[in-house]
Amino acid sequence: MTIDEIRSILGAKYIVGEEWKDREVHTACGSDMMSDVLAFMKDQSVLLTGLCNLQVIRTCEMMDIICVVFVRGKMPDEAMIAMAKDKGITLMTTGHRMFSACGMLYKNGLQGGPAY
Amino acid sequence: MANTITMSYEVPGGDFTRAGEASSSLKGSLKKMNVDPDIIRRVAIAMYEGEINMVIHANGGKIDVIISPDEIEMILTDEGPGIEDIELAMQAGYSTAPDNIRTLGFGAGMGLPNMKKYTDEMKIESQVGVGTTVRMKVKL
Ligand SMILES: Nc1ncnc2c1ncn2[C@@H]1O[C@H](COP(=O)(O)OP(=O)(O)OP(=O)(O)O)[C@@H](O)[C@H]1O
Ligand SMILES: [Mg+2]
Repeated sequence: MTIDEIRSILGAKYIVGEEWKDREVHTACGSDMMSDVLAFMKDQSVLLTGLCNLQVIRTCEMMDIICVVFVRGKMPDEAMIAMAKDKGITLMTTGHRMFSACGMLYKNGLQGGPAY
Repeated sequence: MANTITMSYEVPGGDFTRAGEASSSLKGSLKKMNVDPDIIRRVAIAMYEGEINMVIHANGGKIDVIISPDEIEMILTDEGPGIEDIELAMQAGYSTAPDNIRTLGFGAGMGLPNMKKYTDEMKIESQVGVGTTVRMKVKL
């Protein structure tokens, strides 16, 4: 799946990084706890989250996550947008809630990775 | 990389938004040195967890990174409250982080175990009321 297919499935809107829309992604993770993202994500390239602060972008930078979907219509601030742009991370926002957004992507073939 | 390179970072305390600047800077430097991406990710995650801990639990500190031909060593030193029971602190799920930290997405008690998981060697020295030093090594 490409980043642009994710946007389309979720009816999401790009905030920054539309130029990377053709990048391929295979697995995703949904979490509001960056502690858990750092501890349990492995080789996933998309994060769905309802948390909206600068450490979300930092966490993605460290984990090599290339796309963040903010659920429940959350909007990142200027500092987050600037950092994402600098680090090559695409940001988008959707009005769907976490459960629905994850389900829609999963149904369309995006995987979650192995269980622990 | 024939010789040893040392890099030092100040980690300001009390400013959660700035936590991660040192790890980000190191990550950028390692990329320029063409270090293997998997190694870079392990180093970056371990250091970021340690850096966040310094900001949340110890009011900041300093980080020295020593890059030699066969390993990357990170030494995180703070003058915070110290850790009374290191074995307990190392357990997954143990956290003394206040609730406001949890609303920021941290404080699950996963940081120290994660640092151990991503590094080849990790040692914690700590004295209550004096501070904490965390040493981590990742083999190249
Ligand atoms: N540098 C430090 N100085 C003082 N106490 C620390 C330090 N680092 C860790 N601790 C103590 O060890 C506990 C466990 O740390 P750990 O990083 O595993 O979890 P956390 O920081 O509470 O949450 P998380 O890392 O999941 O966001 C902390 O809650 C804190 O009590
Ligand atoms: Mg921690």
